Amino acid sequence: MGKLSIQDQRRLNRAAGYLAMAVIVLLIGLPVWWMISASLKTSREIYTFPPDWIPRNPRWSNFEDAWQSAPFGRFYLNSIITTVVGSALEVTNATLGAYALAYLRFPFKNVVFAILLAALMIPAQVTILPNYVFFGSTVYDLIGESWVNTYQAIILPGASVAFGTFLMRQSFLGLPREVLDAAKVDGAGHLRTLWDIVLPMARPVIVTFGLISVVAKWNDYLWPLVITQTESMRTLTVGISSFYDLEGNTDWGVVMAATVFVIAPLLIIFMFVQRFIIEGLTAGATKG
Amino acid sequence: MVDATSGRQVATAPRGRSATLSSSRRFRLDAGKEWILFILFMLPNLVLFGLFTFWPMIENVRLSTQRWDMISPVRLNVGLDNYRNLAENQTFHRVLGNTFYFTVAAVGVSLLLGLVVALLLNQPLKFRDGARAVVFAPTLLSGAAIGIVWSYIFDPRYGLMAQVLGWVSLSSPDWLNRPEWAMPAIIIVYVWKNLGFAAVIFLAGLQAIPRDLYDAARVDGANVWWRFRSVTIPMLSPITFFLLITSILNTFQAFDIIRVMTQGGPVDSTNTLIYYVYEQGFVALNAGRSAAASLVLFALMMIITLVQLRFTERRVHYG
Repeated sequence: MGKLSIQDQRRLNRAAGYLAMAVIVLLIGLPVWWMISASLKTSREIYTFPPDWIPRNPRWSNFEDAWQSAPFGRFYLNSIITTVVGSALEVTNATLGAYALAYLRFPFKNVVFAILLAALMIPAQVTILPNYVFFGSTVYDLIGESWVNTYQAIILPGASVAFGTFLMRQSFLGLPREVLDAAKVDGAGHLRTLWDIVLPMARPVIVTFGLISVVAKWNDYLWPLVITQTESMRTLTVGISSFYDLEGNTDWGVVMAATVFVIAPLLIIFMFVQRFIIEGLTAGATKG
Repeated sequence: MVDATSGRQVATAPRGRSATLSSSRRFRLDAGKEWILFILFMLPNLVLFGLFTFWPMIENVRLSTQRWDMISPVRLNVGLDNYRNLAENQTFHRVLGNTFYFTVAAVGVSLLLGLVVALLLNQPLKFRDGARAVVFAPTLLSGAAIGIVWSYIFDPRYGLMAQVLGWVSLSSPDWLNRPEWAMPAIIIVYVWKNLGFAAVIFLAGLQAIPRDLYDAARVDGANVWWRFRSVTIPMLSPITFFLLITSILNTFQAFDIIRVMTQGGPVDSTNTLIYYVYEQGFVALNAGRSAAASLVLFALMMIITLVQLRFTERRVHYG
């Protein structure tokens, strides 16, 4: 066996690298491909083994069937409303809070800081039961009607934000001091400074946090599951799971078409903004 | 963070001290206005936290000492009975065991595979940004929807897994209906969904390691493995710690996959703490026990967070 030259060795290494990368991409991508291909299969094709990787005659009517077997239009509407309003509130709260923490004098700032830190440590999952009771009985006692199964109940518990406030405060503090001082000399008040100077300069971090927030709201499941009761209030994630509970594994083609409804919007958005999301997240993690 | 704050304080402090009388009055006036603005900016956030985060925790403590079916107007005070029940309850022991099993396996495997993927993507290969995006994408997908897709993949007769196992002439177990296979199935889905996050963070850590450390090790005659052990591993340790903590906290909150794929079954084999909290509260309508279990969950997460704060503080001070 002849000895490999260094150049051959390098070529071999690179080939192995590409091979490993291809294997990883295939392994990760396969389930998504499986979903998409099954969503276009007839039930005959679903129940043939070994399965076809590419459906022979794509059956687009699976999407129609799925759309008609549950009110997916309504689920979309509910998801869009709760995501847009919820994320808007979250981003607003984070921005205002970060500006206050970064630039405004306040004697008990440390206390506010500690409160936010404490809030960061209480995950939403451990408060679902008391929050449910709050919207059911407490609100009922106060105003005479229950807020269970309403948009405000889905949205409000997720409208406050600690992580995003800290993240943005961090980036606000990194803005060039001279520009802010110049604005002050020019007589700009805080609202003006926030709107005209801080917001444009900190746009990348605000957009990144906004995207993270949108993803989290769109995918949120546990809280919408317990607080919604009628089909007309369900968000997409809850809607698809109850659709699956009912439909079961009777017709995988239609069920997969329905999951495409939930996954496709995020997958499409991600294709355009993936660099933004990944780099924003890693910056937050490595600097922290 | 620390630097930025203290740097700012140094810059502003002398200005205030050397102020003349008139400008000091203005300062007080401005300060008053700033306090009001601060409160206005902070208030919505703090009120919401008070209502939906802090108050519920107090309510949780109260509910955990009561027996209540979520419907009847009467709540019985039962003291510590709910906790005593949990301590003696076989199912709850099982739940704790499952949570431990799930957390250790899911976190261990996703960090390990994440590191392997990161090491690969750190090589100068073409298309690696594209590969990074593909690996990361599942992190962003709805666990509820993904759980349904994987239920189909695990279908013992017509699923993808049966097909893949068939290639190596193995027959597929009935994953989601066998107590010994359901948890491995859930772990596979969790790892598939979350290893991209670990990979991306590890990759950022790898790229932050200064090249000359490797060059120095190479001059000292260290081979690839030795360079990995003496440079890569120690340089990655802070980020590994960060990933370890965030991943553990994340697995504690993993709900949607379990709810969709197994509903905690079969025979409680995938019933974890978070699922138990939900099941006791909203399926079994046993509010007291659910609240007690949620406080156990909270206590565990708190301990892990405190460990993290403790260690990261040390790193900031001495590192």
